[in-house]
This record gives sequence, C-alpha cells and structure tokens, in this order.
Amino acid sequence: MNKDHLQKHGSTMVEKILAAKAGQARVSPGDLVMIKVDLALGNDVTAPVAIREFERIGFKRVYNPDLIVLVPDHFTPNKDIASAEQVQIVRRFAEQHGIKHFYDVGRMGIEHALLPEKGLVWPGAVIIGADSHTCTYGALGAFATGVGSTDLAAAMAIGETWFKVPGTTRFEYHGFLPPWVSGKDLILYTIGKIGVEGARYQAMEFAGPVIDKLGIDGRMTMANMAIEAGAKCGYIQPDQITFDYLKDRVTRPYYPVYSDQDAVYAKTISYVVSDLEPQIAFPPSPDNVFPVSEAQNIVLDQVVIGSCTNGRIDDLRVAAAILKGKKVHPKTRLLVIPATQEIYGTALEEGLLKIFVDAEAAVSTPTCGPCLGGHMGILAKGEVALSTTNRNFVGRMGHPESEVYLCSPAVAAASAVAGRIVHPEEVI
Amino acid sequence: MILEGTVWVFGDNIDTDAIIAARYLSTIVPEELAEHLMEDIWPEFPRLIKPGDLIVAGSNFGCGSSREHAPLAIKGAGISCVVARSFARIFYRNAINIGLPILECEEGLDTLRSGMDRLQVDLGQGLVTNVQNGDIYHSAPFPPFMQELIERGGLVAYVKAKFGVKY
Repeated sequence: MNKDHLQKHGSTMVEKILAAKAGQARVSPGDLVMIKVDLALGNDVTAPVAIREFERIGFKRVYNPDLIVLVPDHFTPNKDIASAEQVQIVRRFAEQHGIKHFYDVGRMGIEHALLPEKGLVWPGAVIIGADSHTCTYGALGAFATGVGSTDLAAAMAIGETWFKVPGTTRFEYHGFLPPWVSGKDLILYTIGKIGVEGARYQAMEFAGPVIDKLGIDGRMTMANMAIEAGAKCGYIQPDQITFDYLKDRVTRPYYPVYSDQDAVYAKTISYVVSDLEPQIAFPPSPDNVFPVSEAQNIVLDQVVIGSCTNGRIDDLRVAAAILKGKKVHPKTRLLVIPATQEIYGTALEEGLLKIFVDAEAAVSTPTCGPCLGGHMGILAKGEVALSTTNRNFVGRMGHPESEVYLCSPAVAAASAVAGRIVHPEEVI
Repeated sequence: MILEGTVWVFGDNIDTDAIIAARYLSTIVPEELAEHLMEDIWPEFPRLIKPGDLIVAGSNFGCGSSREHAPLAIKGAGISCVVARSFARIFYRNAINIGLPILECEEGLDTLRSGMDRLQVDLGQGLVTNVQNGDIYHSAPFPPFMQELIERGGLVAYVKAKFGVKY
C-alpha cells in the first residue's frame, strides 16, 4: 500500500483504506469504488453458490488462489448427506484451483475466529466474505465486510469487488467496565440503543478509554456484531493490544491506518458504561435488549457458549472460572463449542475442558452448529435457550416456536448453573 | 421493464432467517428453496403466491445473514419484484447481483392489502403505481453503475462482458 495515500486529512480509517486501494487521494461517503481485495472468504453454505456462479462466468482459473479462503464450518462435521455433498463441492474446487487456505474438519475453526489466528487478517487489509460476520476483522484495523455468493464468485474471478463508501459513526465508551461486563455487553447495549438498522450502510468506529483497555477477543466480539445494527463494518483502530496479537501471526509487512484527528463523522455517540449491567437480548431481535436485572424467571432448556461471536479463549476462560466445581442445573443442557482447533487445544492445556466436562456440559469440536439452527443442539417447539451467539430471530436455533436470548459467556455460564437467566454474582 | 402483480405485505426488519431458514440451506436450487419461502413467519405463504406476484415490505428488508439463498428463494418462487421502504445492504447487493428486481419506495406502501391489491412497477422509470387508485410513487433511483449491472442481468454477466476477454 502506498503510504502517501494515508497522510490526507479529514478522513476516517475506512475512507483512507478504500482510497488507498482505489488509488485515489481520498474518497467520500456515497462514492462507488471498484477495488482489489486482499482476501475473499466463503463457507460451506455460501461457497457452493459462489462456485456455481464462478463456473457460469466461464473463467478457467481463479484470479489468485492465495487470496481465497474456504472454511466449511456451518454444517460440519457434516450433519447429513446433502451438507456433505455441499462440502465436497468446496473441497474439490479447492483442490482443482490449488487453494491452500482450505481448512477441513480437524484443522479448521469457525471462519471468523480462524482467519485472525492464521495471520490472514492485518491492519489496512480489504477483506470480503460471503458471510455476514466477516465484519469481525475490523477489530484488527482491517476493512472487512460481508457480501453475497455472487460477489465472492466475481472476486475469485477478477480479484476485485465494488463498494459504496460508507459514512462512519463513531461510538465512544467512557468510564470503566464493571466486573462481569464484557465486549458482548457493550455491543448488545449499543445495538439496543440504536436498533437493528441504527447503523445501516454505515461503518461503526469503536473508540474511547474502555475500548483502549479491551482485550482482542472482546474487540472481535464487538466488531462481529456490527452487522446486527445493519452496519457495513465495525472497527477498532490498531494499537499495542492489536500488535501484540498480530506478532508471530502476521509475517507480511503492513501499514496501520488511523482516522484523522479532523475526520468527518456522520455522528458521534458517547456512552458512560461504569454502571452498565450485563445485557440480555430478548427474542426475537438482537436490539430487544434489557439489563440482566430485568430478565426475571426465564427458565432455560439449553445454554450455548461458542460461535464466531464468543467462542474464543477469553470467553472459555471466564465461563470456566464460573463453572469450576459446579454442576449445570439438572433441567438445563449446556453446550460449549471452542471456536477453533487452536482454542480447543489451549482450553485442553489450561484444564478448561475438564472443568466443563465435570460440570456436565457437552463439549463439541468447532462448528457454527446450533447458532443458526444447523445441527448440534436444535431446539424443540417451546424450548428456551440462552446463547453467546449473535442472532435470536424467529426459528434461529430450531423450531419457529422456540426462543433464543443472547448474552455474554459469563452470564451464560452462571445461568447454566442456575437453570434460569441470572447475573454471574448470583452463583459465584 | 414493467411488472404487475398481486402484493404480499410484510413488516419491518424481515431477516434472511425468516425468508429462508438455515435448515434448508443444504441445497442451492432456487425452486427447492422457494418451497420454504417465509415459512417460519407465514407457513402457508409458499402455497399462496403465484408467479409474477410482488413482495412489499417495510424498512431493512433482508437483514441478518448474507445467504444469497434468500433472494434466490424469492426469485425461485416467481416473485417479480420486491418493493420495500429500505433494504439491508447485503440483501441489496445480492438481489442486484442475481438479477432480482428490487425498488426502494418510501411512500404509498402502508395501505396495501396482501393477496388483494396490485402494484405496477416501471423499473426503468422507478415508478410504482397502485393499480386500485392510480396513485403513482417515485422510487429512489439507482446509481449509474448499478443500472449497468441491472441492465446486463447481474454481476456474472457484467464480469463476463467487462473482464472475460482477458482470460
């Protein structure tokens, strides 16, 4: 990337990344740009459609196999014959085109936890993924956004895609995070305040003293759920916490990009969070958010800890700290799903998995599984789940008349013990 | 292109899980997906509609997952056009990319009755006409680049035409 492009004034991080890639001095919200992508991602649900469309384009070869990442994670390990056949399409395509970033069962993880871990995400990168939670990578200072399968097909063919430059809304978090309150609570609170279309077509810039202290896993949780406010992307500007995470993972040179002091924002919204309670999104929408103290007597059939939102090692550590020496409530089922093989291995070494098993939780190999009602924990009619995942739409985890509440890993672990939604302090 | 059909009316924030539930995503055949269109929020819906009908919706239609199966299911069901107050951005991209006609229209949608009223849509002019009372509403125009995508029949045709020669 040409660093000269990064010196212009009055622009946000996203505008500067897009301008640099477009070879322009600057871009403004609303501009349409056609730019090269650094990475294009697909999974077992979206890649088969992309492969079909790629074949319709009629190109013999992909633009550059090293720009393509394929991660079968939704219905894997395959839940049925149909899903096995979808993964087979992806596996064969990867072989045929020499795509080295294809991650199969046993070597994989949930895509948005896996890519940062594998060093495939760096500050200033432009990443598209045929999965809406691709916005996760903004936590590392990349411009990353979800697209559709045909977009992925075109990017595989020509290495480019089109974007409308988004306006940026800046969210500042002041004060300090109370005990048991996490990145998940910050993003749920934010979505609750602005609504599921509160940031539609916008970039969300997360900043302020609370974000400066937030760990990388909590940052990824926040950027991950930007889509739940309708945003094109969510991001946190790189700092020492980012660089410490990237060390030994990203070996290529990269140039961090920052919003100018005089950047023009569509809006700036500030929250003081020192008194924030853990937050719960009630069904059937991620913006239907209430503090945990208002979630009284909600009895739980199932609790899920995992997903691209909250299946990282910090999430498992906080859950294990609460579950250690306790048992899951006899009428509740707890599923714990480490998001990647690396996280699974670390949790094994640290003894976290033993704590979960002793607590009578089911521990699964990495998969998106129950988050989207795919497999591994589908709900029956009338059942109620509490989950660290990202969506609680009608029928999201199973039967259309089942219900999903969303929360942090701490609340999920504590509530699994109580058998109903509680503040972690109630079981500690 | 002028389209006319019976409308089926939906509210705000219709998410892609509602349009096509994840349990049906192990196929990519539009007609198979269409059998389950809107099933979780309106179980009879796939059997009520006729080819050429329109979906009318409130704001943020197609929010949530990026699954292109959602516009594919709508297209597979023979829906000719989706007219909404606004669309979620990935759904908007997907619909244009696969050649499913969509229009953003801020006014005139509130009084429409499902399965009874008809709309006529002039895609080129961006005009939406209420067939019952003759009222005409103007939709937001597409930027020229998207008009080109739409005229060429979607992103695949666009890429073929623009880049195909080089490969």
